[in-house]
Amino acid sequence: MKNLINDLFGKKNRARTISFLMVIFAYILIEVLTKSIRMSRLFTSLLVPTCCYIILGLSLNLVVGFSGELSLGHAGFMAIGAFTAVCVSGLTSSVITNETLRLMLAVFVGGILSGLFGLIISVPVLKLSGDYLAIVTLAFGQIIKSLITNIYLGFDADSMQFSFVTNELNLNNGKMLLSGPMGATDTAKISNFTSGFVLILITLFIIYSLIDSRYGRAIMAARDNRIAAESIGINISRTKTLAFAISAVLAGLAGALYALNYSTLQPAKFDFNTSILVLVYVVFGGLGNINGTIVATTVLYILPELLRFLKDYRMLIYAIVLIVVMEITNSEKMKQFFDKGKNSIFKKGEDA
Amino acid sequence: MKKLLVVLLSLLCALTLAGCGNGGGNGGNDTPTDGGDETVTVKLGGSGPLSGDAKVYGEAVRNAAQIAVDEINASASTIKFDFFMEDDMADPEKAVTAYSNLYDKGMQVSIFTVTSGAGAAVAASYDEDKIFAITPSGSSTALVYTDEKNFTGNFQMCFTDPNQGIASADYMAAKFADKKIGIIYKSDDVYSAGVYEKFVAQAAANGLNVVYKDGAFTDDSSTDFSTQLTAAKDAGADLVFLPIYYQPASTILKQANDMGYAPVFFGVDGMDGILTLDGFDKSLAEGLYLLTPFAADADDDLTKAFVAEYEKRYGETPNQFAADAYDCVYAIHQALRDIGVNSEYDFDNLYAAMVDQFTTMSFNGLTGKDMTWAENGEVSKAPKAVIIENGVYVSAD
Repeated sequence: MKNLINDLFGKKNRARTISFLMVIFAYILIEVLTKSIRMSRLFTSLLVPTCCYIILGLSLNLVVGFSGELSLGHAGFMAIGAFTAVCVSGLTSSVITNETLRLMLAVFVGGILSGLFGLIISVPVLKLSGDYLAIVTLAFGQIIKSLITNIYLGFDADSMQFSFVTNELNLNNGKMLLSGPMGATDTAKISNFTSGFVLILITLFIIYSLIDSRYGRAIMAARDNRIAAESIGINISRTKTLAFAISAVLAGLAGALYALNYSTLQPAKFDFNTSILVLVYVVFGGLGNINGTIVATTVLYILPELLRFLKDYRMLIYAIVLIVVMEITNSEKMKQFFDKGKNSIFKKGEDA
Repeated sequence: MKKLLVVLLSLLCALTLAGCGNGGGNGGNDTPTDGGDETVTVKLGGSGPLSGDAKVYGEAVRNAAQIAVDEINASASTIKFDFFMEDDMADPEKAVTAYSNLYDKGMQVSIFTVTSGAGAAVAASYDEDKIFAITPSGSSTALVYTDEKNFTGNFQMCFTDPNQGIASADYMAAKFADKKIGIIYKSDDVYSAGVYEKFVAQAAANGLNVVYKDGAFTDDSSTDFSTQLTAAKDAGADLVFLPIYYQPASTILKQANDMGYAPVFFGVDGMDGILTLDGFDKSLAEGLYLLTPFAADADDDLTKAFVAEYEKRYGETPNQFAADAYDCVYAIHQALRDIGVNSEYDFDNLYAAMVDQFTTMSFNGLTGKDMTWAENGEVSKAPKAVIIENGVYVSAD
């Protein structure tokens, strides 16, 4: 027993254990609350998008925090996952009637396709570093958005039709999957909180497995000192590609879950602002800090809704809160205070 | 310690949110009465962009709806409104949370959303929860019906995008039949692309001479229009149709002026608001046509009173969004009155009764006379064209 506790809460695994416990505890709490008392519609409507942004934040943290590369195009990967999922779900809706099964398939395909794009894009991108890389990922995000804005895709009983830039589809009593700037309309809403929870667990599992592995240590070594890492035989571009592709897969999962939570989805949603928003969550939670990302995303996503009573001053106050909290969490005094507290709580565990 | 703190913090957030639920309940069952025996208070909700890029529209709608609500509440009418509007930032995602918020507050009828994208995201929710909604300005057909489904209780006060395109082409056929027409539009915008598509089709049917129709731009290229303007000029266009919102349109007017290109510019309802844009030189908009159901200079008493009140309260001339919102509230009020809603009324029947009323009644408001609604929720009223002269709207007919 003591060994188990030591194993779970020892220095090595403490963060991982806390992550899983925190997520599972939050899930149980929310499930119990929603099942036992009638929760407000606002509360239930925020659950799935919060899950999506948590996964997205974790995915971006893998690139920005662990791999040390600034990506400004994560909304692009999210978009690929999102629109793929909408298409998959729309196409298979008559074949697979079980919603959970269809959701799983859509999320899976969305993640894989997004990962493929991640892999392809990482080849030219990861030859660059620093600011250059950031700008190329930014451009990539814009390209994805523009491409999807121009895709017209529909199907009817006989065929599947595709056109680009102008709508030349000639459907015979069929259904449009993507209609250019209008995106996807009339999507079946099949995402739910439990699927979001499971996806967060999967994401956590993937990320922790990766960073605790040989590859993960190589990724961090390459981040901390590229030359030293190369000198001991680490293939820098391969490790960075790995992190980037896995991050793209996770962003695709988040996008797929997101898309299937709304009845409409427009490509314009996945613009530069969305990428930046997620970056704010990650920076707010701390680069390379997984628990921080989860908490920061939850708080920052829900905060504007909690501030609704401020009416016209809502977004102003939101911005001020952001600044204040960033200042506080980065001040040396507060850091010392937190470290002290942390040591006093975990001291016993380490002695044992 | 830090971890503990953050866990506690997030718990707190969750609980605060959960707390919001207690005041809620569903939209239909509770009938709040206003103390008196005779009056009944109806909860009127709505969402629109009160922050962000499209703020101008959301505020216009909120201000005008507030005027209408205040007028009704001060009148002898036994039906009073409790009006609340939430911010949706014109974003589909935020529109869903804004809707949830309204639902929690017990909204019974709604002025829906101000913008199309946001409205499309919650159209199905209104339908499922059976809350009657009429949008002042969400002009996409996606708000009222889809290919597969008609949202029974979703209605529009403004023209749909396709109808605006058709009406513009018809107006031009009547007034500018000999002009060469160029079009600049925003291809990644639902509204603009929707108007454009129908306009081109109807223009062809009307035999209009469209010389330049490839003037597409997107959100990322909405700051420089010299390419499109030069192309339109080279094609000999002497009328340029701008089915776009007023911010990019203001840039187009400026750049056209700089390059000495002076065709007739023609916009639709998104152009409304250009005169109130900060830092815009109003003289550039001289001679600009727009197709809008409302002209603030009209001399009927209703318009005069509304414009005077709006200017008094908010210090600016109301635009068409404001007028549509004002009409929405009065149309809802008229329907409630004709249904005979009173303090004993069973609000479970409200939805069906409202739909019945709207599909059969005729309404006179700021934006038109004898308006009627089809079962699919589209409005039928006569479009009006206005022209900007000396910095104000003047009826063009």
